[in-house]
Amino acid sequence: MSLLQVRGLQAFYGASQALFGVDLEIAEGELVALMGRNGMGKTTTVRAITRMLRTTRGEIRFDGKDLAPLPSFQAARLGIGLAPEGRRCFASLTVSENLMASARPGAWSLETATGLFPRLGERMSQRAATLSGGEQQMLAIARALMTNPRLLILDEATEGLAPVVRQEIWAAIARLKQGGQSILVIDKAFSELRAVADRCVILARGESVWTGTPAQLTRNIETEFLGV
Amino acid sequence: MRDLITEHRLNIVLALILLGGPLVAHFAEEPFLVTLATRATILALAGVGLNIALGLGGLVSFGHAAFFGLGGYAVGIIASHHQNYEPLMTAPFVINGTNQMLVLWLVAVIVSGLAALVIGALSLRTSGVYFIMITLAFAQMIYYFAISWPAYGGEDGLSIYVRNSFPGINTLKPLDFFLLCYAVLMVVLLAQWRMTGARFGMALQAVRQNEGRVAALGLSPYRIRLAAFVISGMVTGLAGALYADLNRFVSPSMISWHLSGEIMVFIILGGVARLFGPVVGACLFVLFEHLFGSFTTHWQFFLGAALLAVVLFARGGFIGLVAGRARHD
Repeated sequence: MSLLQVRGLQAFYGASQALFGVDLEIAEGELVALMGRNGMGKTTTVRAITRMLRTTRGEIRFDGKDLAPLPSFQAARLGIGLAPEGRRCFASLTVSENLMASARPGAWSLETATGLFPRLGERMSQRAATLSGGEQQMLAIARALMTNPRLLILDEATEGLAPVVRQEIWAAIARLKQGGQSILVIDKAFSELRAVADRCVILARGESVWTGTPAQLTRNIETEFLGV
Repeated sequence: MRDLITEHRLNIVLALILLGGPLVAHFAEEPFLVTLATRATILALAGVGLNIALGLGGLVSFGHAAFFGLGGYAVGIIASHHQNYEPLMTAPFVINGTNQMLVLWLVAVIVSGLAALVIGALSLRTSGVYFIMITLAFAQMIYYFAISWPAYGGEDGLSIYVRNSFPGINTLKPLDFFLLCYAVLMVVLLAQWRMTGARFGMALQAVRQNEGRVAALGLSPYRIRLAAFVISGMVTGLAGALYADLNRFVSPSMISWHLSGEIMVFIILGGVARLFGPVVGACLFVLFEHLFGSFTTHWQFFLGAALLAVVLFARGGFIGLVAGRARHD
């Protein structure tokens, strides 16, 4: 059974419909890349899965449980950890406070989180607002990991970061995958996504239009749906 | 120079000034000034209560006088029954009044906490201006109820003929009562400091900054805010209990919206979310009231000018001005 199962997902912002039928499955330990051009519904899909957007139709099941009736915090408690687009760290809290505020028991602790991102370990008592963009992104990922999620969702994990920092984050994602962490990644760095993903799902105009392995992702498909 | 002064050091200095001032006044045989300091200390405690909700949680409650008044009335009602040798209730079992402050404080904290639970549970379903208005509306409901409750004085209020007792302390002596109130304030400030650094405090600050993110991390923003609102109401209720004993009188004015506004003014003057912000604010308020009030009835004009100056030029309040911008800013 899949860890996450999304079928025929439709989502609405007031009267306007943003998703018209998204299908997505993630198995335990699998890394799935959610791809698409800007405005195709990737972040809306994440918001629907995490129940931050609740005006949805269709089926969203996590570990067999229907997420539709749940508020956001209960969906997260089932084991969905999100590192959101734009990082959104708690600016006035220190790095360690950001990590501890939402920590839940499990394998991830301050030690393991800073083991994944040693830079954070050097800045534990520094306010999140004073971190660089890359460090804030590391903090956002580490904060999501501190909830000990069964599924980690990374929305635009490397957007706007320096190449060297992006490499650090991709290396961390690869290590997480090796450790058996189930991950859904959204990013515009398609070559890195292809290198790390088990499967890719492409969205176009609010619909999932293609699913397959990175090896099956041909140049024609990239040109047609991703504009590469 | 400002950077060298840490907030912790400033807090210790402020705590020592608040303690030292009344001690000097006592030895100079100025009991009125000791009572004035006691008033400032109790109002500071009320401000500390609101600061938990407003400063840490971003909950702009305009009805905290309700908890202040409920704490005061809890003390007033129970003490008046004790003084009149009338039981509070006779059926199904007899409950007598008491003059023991520890019991009275406990009742005041429970009553104001329960009220905060009910008011918070309903108000926290709204936000922004609606939250401000709904908390004000609840306070006004309680205010008008107090006015129309003749059994306990109605509009005229209720007298406590003799100040209630505390084991081992003569509460009738101004300095002893001040020291008691000061100790309560310090214990509450210490608890707030510990709470701010605990997971709950971090989560509360996180909710203020981004509710959606906190929910996405598996914490319920509503429950966190409600818990903070209840704690806040309990602290303000405790301040009301002390205030009732200070004045030996409770009246609906303790629940009026003016007082809710004044408690908010303490926090803004001293520094929002700063541990000693309400302490400084309440002391400044009482000083303005005493100094300018002695030569004009329009002393609030000067308070208003000070408030305007703080809002325009020192948004971190007095603490922010001296110790630098807060983490909150």
